[in-house]
Amino acid sequence: MTREEVLKDIRSKFEGEILDFCDKSPHRVYMEIRPEAIVPMASHLFLDLGARFNIASGMDMMDRIEILYHHTLEDLNLMISLRVRLDRDNPEIDSMGAKLEAYNWIEREIAEILGVRFRGHPDMRHLLLADNWPDGVYPLRQDYEEWDPSAIRDRGV
Amino acid sequence: MGRTIVPIGPYHPLQEEPEFFSLTVEGERVVDIDVRIGYNHRGIEKLSERKNFDQSTFVIERICGICSTSHPFAYTRAVEDIFPMDVPERAKYIRTIIAEGERIHSHLLWLGLAGHFLGYNTVYMWVWKLREEILDAMEILSGNRNNYAMFKPGGVRRDIKESDIPDVLRKVESIVGTLEMLRDAIMDDPVIHARTKGVGVLTKEKSIEFSALGPTSRASGVARDVRKDSPYAVYDRLDWDMIVTQNGDVFDKVVVRVLEMLESVKIIRACLLNLPGGEIDAKIKNVPPGEGVGHIEAPRGETFHYVRSDGTNRPVRHKVRAPTFMNLPTYKATVVGETISDATIILAAIDPCYCCTERMAVRDVDGARLYDGQDLIRLSQLKTERLRKELGFGS
Repeated sequence: MTREEVLKDIRSKFEGEILDFCDKSPHRVYMEIRPEAIVPMASHLFLDLGARFNIASGMDMMDRIEILYHHTLEDLNLMISLRVRLDRDNPEIDSMGAKLEAYNWIEREIAEILGVRFRGHPDMRHLLLADNWPDGVYPLRQDYEEWDPSAIRDRGV
Repeated sequence: MGRTIVPIGPYHPLQEEPEFFSLTVEGERVVDIDVRIGYNHRGIEKLSERKNFDQSTFVIERICGICSTSHPFAYTRAVEDIFPMDVPERAKYIRTIIAEGERIHSHLLWLGLAGHFLGYNTVYMWVWKLREEILDAMEILSGNRNNYAMFKPGGVRRDIKESDIPDVLRKVESIVGTLEMLRDAIMDDPVIHARTKGVGVLTKEKSIEFSALGPTSRASGVARDVRKDSPYAVYDRLDWDMIVTQNGDVFDKVVVRVLEMLESVKIIRACLLNLPGGEIDAKIKNVPPGEGVGHIEAPRGETFHYVRSDGTNRPVRHKVRAPTFMNLPTYKATVVGETISDATIILAAIDPCYCCTERMAVRDVDGARLYDGQDLIRLSQLKTERLRKELGFGS
């Protein structure tokens, strides 16, 4: 399939799910989608179109939590990033890690550093943070404050 | 048969970085495995958000001592992806040369360690001696054996002197003979075959499912290389081959890396001989608001950076994904069913790099060092003294 056919295929299959479509450059496309559509859309990209999952990147925008799922269609040299916006007070989304291994670790990482709950994820243990890290403290949130008086993190280095 | 859990780590007996493997074994057979990382988490992503775009290049260069160019390369490409801009031709060539030099010395480092893991220390000594030639070449080019500080958004920081080119070329080409000898030795050596063939197989299907990267995927028959799939710098203009093998075992991972080094020599040679003149820096003044993605083929696979700018002089979000983050989880598919003696080399075969995976940082309080070398020696002496007393040795 050509670039146009792939994009047309995605847009026609998930017409109601795509909230915003940004054809940024020949190699980059960003689509904002409804969070409920992440599993069917990412699965379609990965399993049907043969895209490789690069990674997901989460970000705290103060009024919302945003996650981008980056996928590359290597034959077309095209990166498609699916953007979801989540409620910052209760960020929740269905887990892709439950379905495909490639998404497993990054969901664990985003869960612990941004506090997103991935529904159905098989293994929600800490990945990078220490086991004694307190619940409900997320280091990549914008309003993160140091909780451990003995730590040498965050002293303006 | 009863099951036993064998803990390896957090201080790994062979590898330099802390990680914890918990192997569940029945007799000699591994039946389950779990990994724990995070012992080195430095919070570099958070740190980078407080630096300006130029400073971040130096911070992320310190993510990894081996891939010290991959991260700045991916990062600068991410910044350059935020808005339309062109990097000068000469800078593209210099970037390619540095990146391929790094690939060679990284693969040599791994090959030496792999020999060591297999109990084959001759390979280890030979290969690391060979690596010195490349490090010398990199020192001529950048002034340093590692952490080259060559990259900046918009170009490179340092030009290559015409008078240095013959020396660099001679050093780089000098490894070819030994590399070919090593390649033939590995292909023929019955010990290496016995230890690595059919061991720790990552099938093509599993490789795709885990989205494995770099030599780990190419050894499993998945032709995946960012340099070919999404060409950057000058890779699409040069004549070189992507190395792909089909078996997915440790042996194939060795072969892929050895052959790749020979391709890298070809690339460096072509770049040095065709280096165009001109500027080396596009001199970016401001980074407008927006987001950009940069991905490049590091020695271990694709390194991926995502940078978001809000129009100020620093990134508001900087996501770093090192290749080991995708490659390490393949242990679930490769180690189970193998013997415990093979587990070390299988786990090492992806060329894991935890420091990158965990992206850690920097700890000084108010600019002051907590401990310097002298303090650590003193602490160690005090401890030895205490132990001697406790154990009843003469003072």
